[in-house]
Formats: sequence, structure tokens, C-alpha cells
Amino acid sequence: MVQCLQARLDASFGALSDATRRGVLEQLGQADASITVLAERFHMTLTGMKKHVGVLEQAGLVTTEKVGRVRTCKLGLRGLQEEAAWIDSYRQLWDARFDDLDKIVEELKREIKNR
Amino acid sequence: MNENQKSEPNLMKNPTTVERTSERELVVTRLFSGPAHLVFEAWTKPELLKRWWAPKSFGISFVSCEADVRTGGSYRFVFSQADSEQTMAFFGRYIEVTPHSRIVWTNDESSDGALSTVTFEEKGDKTLLALHELYPSKQALDDAIASGSTGTSGAGEQFDLLDTILDSLVRS
Repeated sequence: MVQCLQARLDASFGALSDATRRGVLEQLGQADASITVLAERFHMTLTGMKKHVGVLEQAGLVTTEKVGRVRTCKLGLRGLQEEAAWIDSYRQLWDARFDDLDKIVEELKREIKNR
Repeated sequence: MNENQKSEPNLMKNPTTVERTSERELVVTRLFSGPAHLVFEAWTKPELLKRWWAPKSFGISFVSCEADVRTGGSYRFVFSQADSEQTMAFFGRYIEVTPHSRIVWTNDESSDGALSTVTFEEKGDKTLLALHELYPSKQALDDAIASGSTGTSGAGEQFDLLDTILDSLVRS
């Protein structure tokens, strides 16, 4: 899970390394927008903008939803951050439980040997 | 902050993994160095279960632990919390108990509780444990995540940094 969080962070920082993508995040911070609107705003082809949005989406920074023929983009970090934090603390709970369970299994193994 | 170190997997022990495998399911896995019947025993005997289900490091301890682990049986765990006067009760029914391989139970303390399935799969002299928690809906799992967010993530500092960068972008 830590590696998984790390991968998500790498993806997030990677996504932020591009000026257009940072621009898209700025734009979405003001209002949700369709891919078409974003492409026009940044003087790009639809395909080019789809790629950028795809990278941001992969990193969890943006979420998209298709309604009819229009794909609307919005900022998506908050949900991702909450989920990652929750899953990590959930993992820590099970990890702590399983560390203790490990000890009990060891104990039972020793008991069987000594029988 | 020591949180980072705390959640780094210790290379000497088997790692615990958690994955959200679908909109409404979480899967926890861990490998144990022992046969399945021992892991099963530690899961199904209340006096053993009691010793690992409430980890000290989480500030919770058992007030009572009743578990009739057989198909159709029920359980009720009551915990006290170090930082609260209130106790917490968790209860439900065992839908299926198949010795040494599978236990399925409900979590009835909330109507949005998950259906939990734990399987024990022997691999040589080790046992792979997989716990599936299936929530009734995507909303139920999202709500559990939203209400239970503790902010104690091991990657907290990096997320804080990311948050700051994004905030500055979004507000500029």
C-alpha cells in the first residue's frame, strides 16, 4: 500500500510537471469544463487535450464524467487524498492485527511441536 | 513526523496489502508462516481472537468478546477506546464457516455494513489470507471512507505538499 501511495504521488507530481496540465488544473479550479472547451482555451486539438486530461485523471487530480456527448472534467484530488489516507490507516489497523495474529500462529506451531 | 516510518513495510515480516478492487469492495491480504488450520483456529476461538483483533497501538481494547463461530452463529465485540468514555459494539452473524478455508460474516452495526469474507489458502507451509469486504453500494464504501478519514496517512506529508501546490495553482 505504501508503494501504491508512492506510485500515486509519482503520478500526481508527474502530471504537474507539464505547463498545460497545470493550466488545466487552474482552469478547473474556477469551473468544471468540457474537453472541447479546454482544447479551445489552450489552442489544442481535442486528441491532444484528451491525452492531457487522461494523465491528470490517471493521477487522480481530475475526474471526468460523460453526459450525452460531452465529457465534463472537474478537480478530483480531494476524494483521492481522503481515500488514500483512509485506506492507509485501514491497512495499518489490519497490519497491527496481523502482526499479533502472526505471534499467535507461531505460538500454536510451537505448542504442536511440543505435544 | 514518524508516521512515514511507521507505515513502511518491515522487510522482516510479511506485508499487509489493501486494495480497493471495485467501487464497493476492499481486499486485504497477508501471508502467514503456518498452516491454514492454525490461522483458522486463531480466528475462530474467542480466547485467541481476543488477543489480536484489538491492537494496543490503536488504543482499543476488548470489554467483551462473544463469538460463536459456526454457520448461523453470531458475534458481538465490545471495545473501549483509550481517548473516549464510550464503548463501541460490533456485531453480526456468521453466514458460512467452512473449517480451515473460509468464513463469511455480516457487519450489522450499520445498515451499510460490509459483508466480510476471509479465505485461508495453504501455499506449502504458509497460508495466504485474503479478506474481502463487500459493501452494499459504492455510496456505502465512499461514506465509510469519508466518515472514517483519520488524516494519519503515512504519506501525509507528501499529500500536504501536493495539496499546497494544487491550492496555489487553483487559487492563482
